[in-house]
Amino acid sequence: MFLRNNDLPRGPRLTLRLAVLGGIAVTLFAVLFFRLWSLQVIDGSHYLAEAQNNRTREYTVLAPRGEILARNGEPIVQNRTSLALLLNTSKLPADEAEATAELTKLGSLAHMSLKRVREVIAEQEKVAAGAPVTLRRDVGYQLIYYLEENKRRFPGVSVERVFVRAYPDGSEAAHVIGTVGEVTEEQLKEKRYSQLEPGEEVGQSGAEYAYDKYLRGKPGVTRVQVNAMGLPTPGGQLVQEAPTPGSDLVLTINPALQKAGEAALAERGLPGAFISMNIHTGEILAMGSNPTYEPKVFTEPMTQAQVNELFRDPVLAPLADRVTESAYPTGSTYKIMTALAALENGVITPSTTIVDNGYIERATQKFENAGGTAYGALSLVRALEVSSDVFMYELGGRMWDKNYLQEWSHKMGIGDPTGLDIPGESEGLVPSQKWRDELFENGETERPWSEGDNIQLATGQGDLQTTPLQMAIAYAALGNDGTIVTPHVGKEIRDAAGRVLKEFEFQARRKVKIDPASRQAIMEGLHGAAQGPEGTASAVFGGFPVPIAGKTGTAERPGHADQSWWIGLAPYPDPNIVTAVTIEEGGFGAESAAPAALKILEAYFHKQASEVSTVGGAE
Amino acid sequence: MSYMARPRPVTEPFAQARESLAERLGFAHFDWPLALAAVGLLAFSALTLGQATSHDIPGNPHYYLNRQIIYGILGIVGMLLLTRIDYSRFRELRVGIYTFLCVSVSLVFVFGFAARGSRRAFELPFFSFQPSELGKLLLVLALAGFVIDGARRGSPIQRTVRYLCLGLAPAALVFLQPDLGTSLVFVVATLAVMYFGGVPWTHFAVIGAALVTLIALVLVVAPAVGHPILKGYQEERLTSFVHPNSDPGGAGYQQSQSKVAIGAGQLTGRGSQATQTRLNFVPERQTDFIFAVIGERYGFAGAAFVLSLYALLFWRALRITTLSKNSYGTLVAGGIAVSLLFQVFVNVGMNLGIMPITGIPLPLMSYGGSSVLATFLAVGVLQSINIQARLSQKDRFAW
Repeated sequence: MFLRNNDLPRGPRLTLRLAVLGGIAVTLFAVLFFRLWSLQVIDGSHYLAEAQNNRTREYTVLAPRGEILARNGEPIVQNRTSLALLLNTSKLPADEAEATAELTKLGSLAHMSLKRVREVIAEQEKVAAGAPVTLRRDVGYQLIYYLEENKRRFPGVSVERVFVRAYPDGSEAAHVIGTVGEVTEEQLKEKRYSQLEPGEEVGQSGAEYAYDKYLRGKPGVTRVQVNAMGLPTPGGQLVQEAPTPGSDLVLTINPALQKAGEAALAERGLPGAFISMNIHTGEILAMGSNPTYEPKVFTEPMTQAQVNELFRDPVLAPLADRVTESAYPTGSTYKIMTALAALENGVITPSTTIVDNGYIERATQKFENAGGTAYGALSLVRALEVSSDVFMYELGGRMWDKNYLQEWSHKMGIGDPTGLDIPGESEGLVPSQKWRDELFENGETERPWSEGDNIQLATGQGDLQTTPLQMAIAYAALGNDGTIVTPHVGKEIRDAAGRVLKEFEFQARRKVKIDPASRQAIMEGLHGAAQGPEGTASAVFGGFPVPIAGKTGTAERPGHADQSWWIGLAPYPDPNIVTAVTIEEGGFGAESAAPAALKILEAYFHKQASEVSTVGGAE
Repeated sequence: MSYMARPRPVTEPFAQARESLAERLGFAHFDWPLALAAVGLLAFSALTLGQATSHDIPGNPHYYLNRQIIYGILGIVGMLLLTRIDYSRFRELRVGIYTFLCVSVSLVFVFGFAARGSRRAFELPFFSFQPSELGKLLLVLALAGFVIDGARRGSPIQRTVRYLCLGLAPAALVFLQPDLGTSLVFVVATLAVMYFGGVPWTHFAVIGAALVTLIALVLVVAPAVGHPILKGYQEERLTSFVHPNSDPGGAGYQQSQSKVAIGAGQLTGRGSQATQTRLNFVPERQTDFIFAVIGERYGFAGAAFVLSLYALLFWRALRITTLSKNSYGTLVAGGIAVSLLFQVFVNVGMNLGIMPITGIPLPLMSYGGSSVLATFLAVGVLQSINIQARLSQKDRFAW
């Protein structure tokens, strides 16, 4: 059947229409081909990267910090795992009211007020915007199960296993080990933290800070393939870089001594400090400060009361390490510096006698022995044993414009940083003519240097400011024939299996030449002071079976009761350790510091002191 | 030229036997490139579905593959059956076909099951049948008949209005299901038949202007005065391709993910490493976004090959319009060709991020029984037109 309708396109009319349609079709296909080419070939690599990025999520796997061990391997700081409640704020409901409702609900589950939740979020977002916020650590399993079951109601909430520092002995060696905390915004800008991501934990003080690079592990990364819902897909674990745990730090601390020292200080209940150090190596065997604190409080949210106690009490200041950070006058313990300066500069010889009438007078000032006792004619050895102030006043007076005492103080390590491996030590101050005259010229004090200043310094009084650590270094140098050691708490680095990775070597800072005769005389005097018939601390150490050499000190601090000191070397005459104890407002040296030091020595030598009836002279 | 007069060497008895067998099976005047393009696309679809959807239905890795192959076989059988029928009979059945079309797309409102808020298909024992898919072919067959029949009645304007009304009525029904994409195919098929039916260029210009106005009304004016015509998601889909990054998590999400998938395929594809389409980043990957799967898995090579098969299909269809023994065949072939071109361009363009998301499947590639079956039937009609043309050039056969 044929149609003969002329309106219907046939022949050339149809050809035109076909040509137009064909043209359109060619154009459309060309558009598709070019678009395909541009997406796949020109921009292909960009889209490939986007697709790769799309399907992977990276999870940081935290690395546990290394443990901190005492020198005998006893753990002082360990890790425990804890469950932390994390919140990804970007996944909170967009609606303000809904978000608030979720935060309120979350807060009530985690026992936090809405205000506190918002504070925590604001604090952490300041440091690391966009990263999940750790709302709370140490949440219980009950809460985890509840959140798992009600996942949909808590968008953005997740639970992560984190490592938290654990302190098996509470506050043991707290000031030595220090604290950890999340790396701060300022710290991230420092070079030593350049590898870190916000949220990682670093040592903030003590050995945790000093040895952070060993203790800190390297976080691992798990790259997981996820589907469009963000859920991991089967077999989708793409790359796993296992976290590298931090190495263990072995300290030089001897836990027996440490515990003995801490117990002795705690018994007194007064602010104070102790240090016990190997005089040949500079290894600190025990070091403690009272009042102390529990480093554990830094691993969990603090209450306001805790914050006040730790940070806002300028008198007790539990965070301050009184061994290294507090500088005091030292009283009679300083007399070894006076003796050394006088002997080495030929001001006296070991056999020189000075008559002690109980006081000396200089210009308008009168300087008396404690209690006004007159000891008569004294040589150096006996002057140290009975702790004659007049003898030292005389020496101080003779050297007042010579700077000998100041030179020898610095030689022995007083008034300068010791090079301790953990941070925060004070420099201290050895008053000198130059120092005071400069102050006077600048109008910062009402008088220039005088003989009285040097007389005061000769007995560890006046403007002297030094730390128990510096004094320990000086005594150590006396004991080891003039080696100024570098004090340290870091002994070695071990891996988890206990293999030693690195042993720290702390070179002696310098060698001071001391005449053996001078050393001999001073050591003898110190031995007498500790255990001689007239010794100031013989009541304390007389019954101790190990011969020792040590000096009491009673420092006058303006505005405070007398501060008690004892510093000594043991065993006599070839000592291994130096022990220094100071107790603020502890009275006479023999009253509180010496008994505390005895506890440490008993622990070191595993020997008890017997009761003694011999009472030495008062200082 | 006489068929019998053709010289044939007597030394090749099997050649004669083969030809007569091909003739008897209806293959003698088959358009092989057209058939190969259609079957090739189905095969590629089966390959893609087999590799890309093996984890979709737990415990049944070949769910989509098996079904698509069954639909394909049914479609090929249907196509072969249609080649044996003289398509011109459909012209006589135009009223019946048109009625069936309108009733079937309306019945969906009564018996259809709702999938994601729209009623488009009947639930049959083996598969859900979507009458609007077959409707694309039925509309072309019926409308071409009406155009031929009414070619001499009324003024050109009356005729144009009549054709438009006939075409837009079922389009409107489909739109109300609601199925915006398929209703657009209906509109385009209507315009294509009119185009080949000789509607003057000026009328197309007016229709074009009216369409632009309508789109402006629907997308801009109606929502502005508070009476939106499109559903919210429809409007969002239609407009979001213009600014895909304004809301990558929302309506623009599908398209930006689809673009990433295709781009990531690069020149040679990612094969089994294709993650975008495997891990659900691209939704509807077995249906509307199957081209993204092809792009990612097989790269430019695979995607361009598929596009080439469509180009071949379209070229053969267009060629058949010129060969047709009668105008009805020209109109039908033209309608089928243009609606296929439209669906391919809109779907692939949507995958490539240059066309809005309208929910039009990619013929023969997208998973779906109705679409595969209807497309093969359309190809069967094209084959019938071709065969009838060849036969009419010889001594005409009575079938």
